[in-house]
Amino acid sequence: MSWLLFAMLFWVVALWVNIRLANSSLSETRAVKLAVPVIFGVTVLVVWEGVVRGLEVPPVILPPPSAIAVKFATSLPILWEDFVQTFIKGTLTGYILGCGSAVAVAIAIDRSDFLQRGLLPVGNFIAALPIIGTAPIMVMWFGFDWQSKAAVVVAMVFFPMLVNTVQGLAASEAMQRDLMKTYSASYWQTLLKLRLPAAMPFIFNGLKISTTLALIGAIVAEFFGSPIRGMGFRISTEVGRLALDMVWAEIAVAAIAGSVFYGAVALIEKGVTFWHPSQRG
Amino acid sequence: MTSDAVIAARDLGLTFQTNDGPVHALKDVNLQIARGDFVSFIGPSGCGKTTFLRVVAGLEEPTAGQITVNGMSPDEARRARAYGYVFQAAGLFPWRTIAGNVKLPLEIMGFTRAEQEKRVKKVLQLVDLEGFERKFPWQLSGGMQQRASIARALAFDADILLMDEPFGALDEIVRDHLNEQLLKLWARTGKTIAFVTHSIPEAVYLSTKIVVMSPRPGRIHDVIESPLPRERPLDIRDTPEFLEVAHRVREGLRAGHAYEG
Amino acid sequence: MKSILPILTVVAAIIVLWYGAAVWLNSKWVYDQAARAGVEVSFSEVVKQTMNQERPKLPAPHQVAAELWKTTVEKKITSKRSLIFHSWITLSATLLGFAIGTGLGILLAVGIVHNRAMDMSVMPWAIASQTIPIIAIAPMIIVVLNSVGIQGLLPKAIISAYLSFFPVVVGMVKGLRSPGMMELDQMKTWNASPAQTFWKLRLPASMPYLFASLKVGIAASLVGAIVGELPTGAIRGLGARLLSGSYYGQTVQIWAALLAAAILAAGLVGIVGLIQRITLRRMGMAQ
Repeated sequence: MSWLLFAMLFWVVALWVNIRLANSSLSETRAVKLAVPVIFGVTVLVVWEGVVRGLEVPPVILPPPSAIAVKFATSLPILWEDFVQTFIKGTLTGYILGCGSAVAVAIAIDRSDFLQRGLLPVGNFIAALPIIGTAPIMVMWFGFDWQSKAAVVVAMVFFPMLVNTVQGLAASEAMQRDLMKTYSASYWQTLLKLRLPAAMPFIFNGLKISTTLALIGAIVAEFFGSPIRGMGFRISTEVGRLALDMVWAEIAVAAIAGSVFYGAVALIEKGVTFWHPSQRG
Repeated sequence: MTSDAVIAARDLGLTFQTNDGPVHALKDVNLQIARGDFVSFIGPSGCGKTTFLRVVAGLEEPTAGQITVNGMSPDEARRARAYGYVFQAAGLFPWRTIAGNVKLPLEIMGFTRAEQEKRVKKVLQLVDLEGFERKFPWQLSGGMQQRASIARALAFDADILLMDEPFGALDEIVRDHLNEQLLKLWARTGKTIAFVTHSIPEAVYLSTKIVVMSPRPGRIHDVIESPLPRERPLDIRDTPEFLEVAHRVREGLRAGHAYEG
Repeated sequence: MKSILPILTVVAAIIVLWYGAAVWLNSKWVYDQAARAGVEVSFSEVVKQTMNQERPKLPAPHQVAAELWKTTVEKKITSKRSLIFHSWITLSATLLGFAIGTGLGILLAVGIVHNRAMDMSVMPWAIASQTIPIIAIAPMIIVVLNSVGIQGLLPKAIISAYLSFFPVVVGMVKGLRSPGMMELDQMKTWNASPAQTFWKLRLPASMPYLFASLKVGIAASLVGAIVGELPTGAIRGLGARLLSGSYYGQTVQIWAALLAAAILAAGLVGIVGLIQRITLRRMGMAQ
């Protein structure tokens, strides 16, 4: 009972602190903007812990955060092995191949208005489909190991990336293209000096969307078969054994990997498109 | 056609085919621009003044008549880098510094690295932008951006400058200042300038020759040779001679039904 | 309309490539069979045999089409082998989840826009959640709910709901905040109440953003429902068809289920798009 009371009390105090902070004159400062969501996050964890302990929820339904943290700390070698298998091998390989080939195809069809008019709607259409469903096919074609996961990732990121790049290549203004024409610039000069730089905000938009898609693809593809390692494999087998602390630890790895991956791409974007109004801030 | 005509148009016409039928953007345009002239094109929107400039630049193909630039077709003149073009907006590339923007045409045209540096320095001095080389366009005011775009057009030393309402988006105080600077630049470099505007004082203040145009179809209504001296301080705009020319331009616009548009 | 020809060309090219790939991928099996039987096969014979294998590496388009026809039109929809039956199982979970996720998402967005503490606490997490593969929780939700006796539609709908929830929150907040300073000041000059500002300015202004996220949300809901059918050896739904097809090497079945899922997704996104067009046109906001 005392756990429940503690959780309630903590929640009320944290709520009061957050309301005070949010409505104070300091609410626009960096520190407060960071503190408020952190307090909220910590509160969720404390309430979770308190409720689970207070109501004695069995760990096969919801383990407390402390148990998950312990499991995380004691399973580092396994988590690292799974991370390497799913993220480094499956996700990253597929991401680089998929995004790279999409940009290459976008440039290849750039000169053909006909192909663009055909591929853009088809690409948009395919980007909305549940491509994740190709996972069993890829596993059949490329085997259980990471190659099939990379193939699913390629299929998932290719079309969003293609659509974004094609749109980006059309993003330069007519006036800027006229300017290049008054210099008698060649096609490649215009592409390299004007249209590719102007496309960068769109290309990075695609790259950012693709980080999440890639990780989803690699994890879900492992549900259809994988060697005895990998984040998706671990989740599905540990769920079967009702070892939920391990599942949560694996989910924590996936969350960290996903946000760090996205953050890294966003950081590169900041460096490359520093000139764009959205980045000048 | 006289031999010293830099730009010569004869019976020039341009018709766009649209869904609402053909639009005559230009019709029967005859004009000669001599070396060192400062020619303004004035008229309401739709009178074809910008279209004419784009035809000179080889950005549009005329559908009738002939036009030569330095004795060549506009396309040949473009490839020979006969002119620099200044658009209505500065149109600087935001990912390049001011120096980088001015360098852009030089890179495309294959100047050596050393020559690029030398020319960037020279033209930025011409437009009073020394010290801003490393700034990005969006860190500069609108007037400074437009000066940088003029420097960019001057960088490769073409002897014709085509300017399409370059100061149209700026406020009047900045515009006065830039007009004055442009006249100085013109005096120093001796370039031939074709200048599109919809401001009567601007046209009269700047030009040796004012081309009054009227819409539907776009054609030349009147060509007014300015009696003003080449040396023009800003307060020349209060003299009777200036007001007289301005009055003639206004009359021309009215007679061309410019105010109905 | 002038895009029809290019689109048809691209679609035709995809089908041609598909047939080519089918010949290429399936020919190995034909050659192996022939080698085992000790006979020579001509190329045209190989092509013919790659078109109608029972378990091809890549079924030819007409095989998939035939399977689709067989399992939709020729089977009673109550049959366990009817794709319409399986599609309906998945669709119902998708729609229920989408409705829950969208409803809660809009409510939270309204709260975030009107309450500063809520905005500062929740919004960073809602945005961060877009970058993490939350679908990884799906198997756990299914199994845990199963262990407390909740089965069938609801667990899948919950997964669908939280996958559509976050895009709707983020899009709706953006939309409710889209009116500019000038429009908000205009409301102020009329002394409009917060409720009036909400109903007459913020909510209408948010519609284009809401529909954009609804399109993302419904596609995500479908993915959630399909993935929710993977664990615990579910036997009904498109996800289960994919899984059982992959267990037994029934490639034609996998492709048919995949195509059914694609048609479902296209239909759902298309319907949302249609509602978007009608709504925005009636509001005078259509481009």
